[in-house]
Amino acid sequence: MNQIIIVTIITLVGIGTAAAVILYFVAQRFKVYEDPRIDEVEEALPGANCGGCGYAGCRAFAEALVKNESWDDLYCPVGGNENMAKVAELLGKEAVEQAPQVAVVRCYGTPEFRARTNEYDGAPTCAIAHQLYAGEGGCPHGCLGLGDCVVACDFDAIHMNPATGLPEVVDDKCTACGACVEACPRDIIELRKKNKKDRKIFVCCINEEKGAVAIKNCKVACIGCSKCYDVCPYDAITMNNNLAYIDPVKCKLCRKCVVVCPTNAIHEINFPPRKTEKTEAVEEENK
Amino acid sequence: MTRLIVSPSPHTYSGESVPRLMYGVIISLLPAFGVSVFYFGIGMLIVTTVSVLTCILFEYLIQKYILQTKPSHLDGSAILTGLLLAFCLPANIPFWMVIIGALAAIGIGKMTFGGLGNNIFNPALVGRVFLFISFPVAMTSWPEPGQWMQYTDAATGATPLALMKEGVAMRPAGEILSEMPSFLNLFLGNMMGSSGEVAAFALLIGMCYMLYRRIITWHIPVSILGSVFIFTGILWLVNPDQFANPLFHLLTGGLMLGAIYMATDYVTSPMTGKGMLIYGAGIGVVTVLIRIFGAYPEGVQFAILIFNGFTPLLNKYIKPKRFGKEVAHG
Amino acid sequence: MKLKTFSMGGVHPPENKLSAGREIRELSPSDVVVIPVSQHLGTPSKVIVERGDQVKVGQLIARAEGFVSTNIHASVSGKVSKVDIFPDSSGYRRLAVQIKVNGDEWVETIDRSGTLVKEISLDAEEIRKRIVEAGIVGLGGATFPTHVKLTTPRGKKAEYLIVNGVECEPYLTSDHALMMERSSALLVGIQIMMKGLGVEKAILGIESNKPDAISRMQEITRGTAISVQGLKVKYPQGGEKQLVKALLNREVPSGGLPIDVGVVVFNVGTVHAAYEAVQKNKPLIERVVTVTGKYLKQPSNFRVRIGTPVSHLIEQAGGLPEDTAKVINGGPMMGKALASLDVPVVKGTSGIVLISNEEARRKAVIQCIRCTRCVQVCPMGLEPYLMMNLAEKEMFERMETERVLDCIECGSCSYTCPSSRPLLDYIRLGKAEVAKLVRSRKAV
Repeated sequence: MNQIIIVTIITLVGIGTAAAVILYFVAQRFKVYEDPRIDEVEEALPGANCGGCGYAGCRAFAEALVKNESWDDLYCPVGGNENMAKVAELLGKEAVEQAPQVAVVRCYGTPEFRARTNEYDGAPTCAIAHQLYAGEGGCPHGCLGLGDCVVACDFDAIHMNPATGLPEVVDDKCTACGACVEACPRDIIELRKKNKKDRKIFVCCINEEKGAVAIKNCKVACIGCSKCYDVCPYDAITMNNNLAYIDPVKCKLCRKCVVVCPTNAIHEINFPPRKTEKTEAVEEENK
Repeated sequence: MTRLIVSPSPHTYSGESVPRLMYGVIISLLPAFGVSVFYFGIGMLIVTTVSVLTCILFEYLIQKYILQTKPSHLDGSAILTGLLLAFCLPANIPFWMVIIGALAAIGIGKMTFGGLGNNIFNPALVGRVFLFISFPVAMTSWPEPGQWMQYTDAATGATPLALMKEGVAMRPAGEILSEMPSFLNLFLGNMMGSSGEVAAFALLIGMCYMLYRRIITWHIPVSILGSVFIFTGILWLVNPDQFANPLFHLLTGGLMLGAIYMATDYVTSPMTGKGMLIYGAGIGVVTVLIRIFGAYPEGVQFAILIFNGFTPLLNKYIKPKRFGKEVAHG
Repeated sequence: MKLKTFSMGGVHPPENKLSAGREIRELSPSDVVVIPVSQHLGTPSKVIVERGDQVKVGQLIARAEGFVSTNIHASVSGKVSKVDIFPDSSGYRRLAVQIKVNGDEWVETIDRSGTLVKEISLDAEEIRKRIVEAGIVGLGGATFPTHVKLTTPRGKKAEYLIVNGVECEPYLTSDHALMMERSSALLVGIQIMMKGLGVEKAILGIESNKPDAISRMQEITRGTAISVQGLKVKYPQGGEKQLVKALLNREVPSGGLPIDVGVVVFNVGTVHAAYEAVQKNKPLIERVVTVTGKYLKQPSNFRVRIGTPVSHLIEQAGGLPEDTAKVINGGPMMGKALASLDVPVVKGTSGIVLISNEEARRKAVIQCIRCTRCVQVCPMGLEPYLMMNLAEKEMFERMETERVLDCIECGSCSYTCPSSRPLLDYIRLGKAEVAKLVRSRKAV
């Protein structure tokens, strides 16, 4: 009995030792040299593996950071400037600063403004619905409301609002990785410069049809009337294919365009309530 | 006017559904169930009832409270698992063991993988093997047929396969065979064995019904039964003293139930006809290997579980015949 | 006669041929028609009329742009009221010509008499030219320009002409009606196509659920080089590849066309249009459309001018039943659900099928139980369950190696799935993505 146990132990130890030796030599033989700094950089990155930088993951991005001479195209939107500066310090390079961005949904075709004329009953993804037809509200540019962007978001920063049937971005959580922009088959979501107090002014419509056609499907569509273009003092607005676009960099948030828009297609968000003539009159009276 | 519905084509459906398929299989099991009740009486009724009810219950509880999904305990698949589990247990097994078996089948065999459609191994067989390893004595003492009112106190004995296994070491196979029930009795199920496995003819009727309703295809049963027949036939021709008649192998043990119901389980069997044939032939060969050269008298359940494990591999490498030769695109 | 069929896969949906045996009724044009300039596969045609122009029936209003494109003619006489974008059957906006109908004045060169012109005086080149001019496309639904198929690519030889009278889609009866009423014209049409292609043999395939059409066509083709072959009822037998397999037991290679195995396939509707174009000088301005549905008062076969709104057709067939939840342009297996009834009938519209509430909605999707039904019914030998999984996970390269581009989108897999999984929805998505991959690879 004892003998069996001893033989077993000796055999197992023998196999173990032999395997260890073989493994050691194989590891030596096939060793790939890797810059140890890649590990350090990877450690310093957020580690979300979201692909927002355009690389396959944080590791691939770390490799690029170490190997690339120029950092012009390298930026991690999740970590932001602070994080990039930290990595730059690690490697003794200089990071290119970028203005922080946030995802903005440019459609406000709620059932109230864009009446649903039919009902979609296919596989519940925007990609398939988009391939099939114009959508429940008939607007060929508008949000399909099936939430491909929500599925794409790794940061829980975009949610469907069941009341409006549209996605809403949680500004604090959004890292501007661009996954939702990529996922949206209609290119409704745009990354725009992040302003103080999360203030935003943007044209909440991407319909390029003629005004009369656009307004037929959706009451808050941009009809391409150019009124905002005329009123903008900073040349921030461009008109293209019956559609106004506000350049987020040039825009100084003066809110003049918001007032003149006849269809309320320009949205202002996180601004203090505006003094209307009526409230002014009331204030006047109170004095 | 109402809002028109828009969806991608097709716009018409066959009306086939998972519950319809599952209840179809259950209907096809009724003849075998009837025969089992005829032989094993009240024991069969108790074991089956307990098994089916607990399978449904466990499915419901796990889906509702652990997975927190909408329970689908009445779609027929839990009932089917319960029935099949009962069919491969002896009719005199204590009911609390059946409950443990049902928990193993539904809990370990099915729900840990994510429920219907995701499991790798046939749940009923997982339950059976779990019991077989946990309670070897209870699982290998089979009641003699014809004791209608006895449950756990029924007189027990060994199955023909076990007798054969023990016997061939000492005596020629033909001699042992002559002491056993005749082939006709084996065909009718008048022998000791797991409650639902004995009646070959009733299981074959069930198979015909399933083939008629197109619930299963012929590939798996035919390839399993065929390979067992051919393999044991060759052995028998080589040495009829040491190896039993192929007919004996076909009609005894869990082979019929395994080939017709266990191996054809949708989820755990291959997707293509070719894959099914390979899978079936493999099960047949391994079954015979275990029966004749292995430690156990019966090997179908192990053979099926082994090949369940090969199914993903078969799905990956065995492709259906494509239409048209492949030419380079462009 | 021994019935033939294709060997791999296929399903048999309820036939529901409610309008079978109904005579083709001439439908007077609606007040306004909208004629899209992109009614075919290929480049959209170029509009050559302007707002305010007077047009006659049969007048060219949009010219083909390039080889794979077709001419488009006015289907009515009247005044061009708009050249603008209109929603097509998918709701997306496409350029179209709107004409306000005024009178019924035809272009003089069109022979409007009912006499059958049997003698084919033109040679192959002239036949092809007539067909190009007349703007004929495949009327079975695919709308591929017919003259492209008539032009045999260099290095290949057409041996057989196959005429597709299968009509395997449930509900539709327009081809059936055409074979019953216009059999003599069809015979001449087939001979024209044979001459155009330079082939000696032609086979007309008809499914056995149209025995009257089989015997009528057999009778009329007796003594010619055209044979009529009955086919077992099985969907999708009307698919080109399946039909070639069924009739000649030849398999069109993956990514190839029937001409690769020496065959050219035309639909009976196309052949009839070719007859009218070549013998009567009449461009493709009207077609036979089945309007049907279980609750529709009079399921009918109409001869309709291109551009007529779908709502007009439904009105003429007894009005829209209250219990209508879905309107399909085409058959229920491959047709397109309409979001609006204001869209026009186009060259590819073979039928309008109304589906009631009880049948319109899909059932709740549950997980795949790997029952293998989709693999069994796939006529192309693909694995739809796998395709859907891959598409969901965006593994498009793997889809390409699994030959997703072979999929003919017949819908048999979705039709048969007991878990009601939207297999074809995802396969179609995958096909589009794989096609993109292939294109980008070619560009490099």
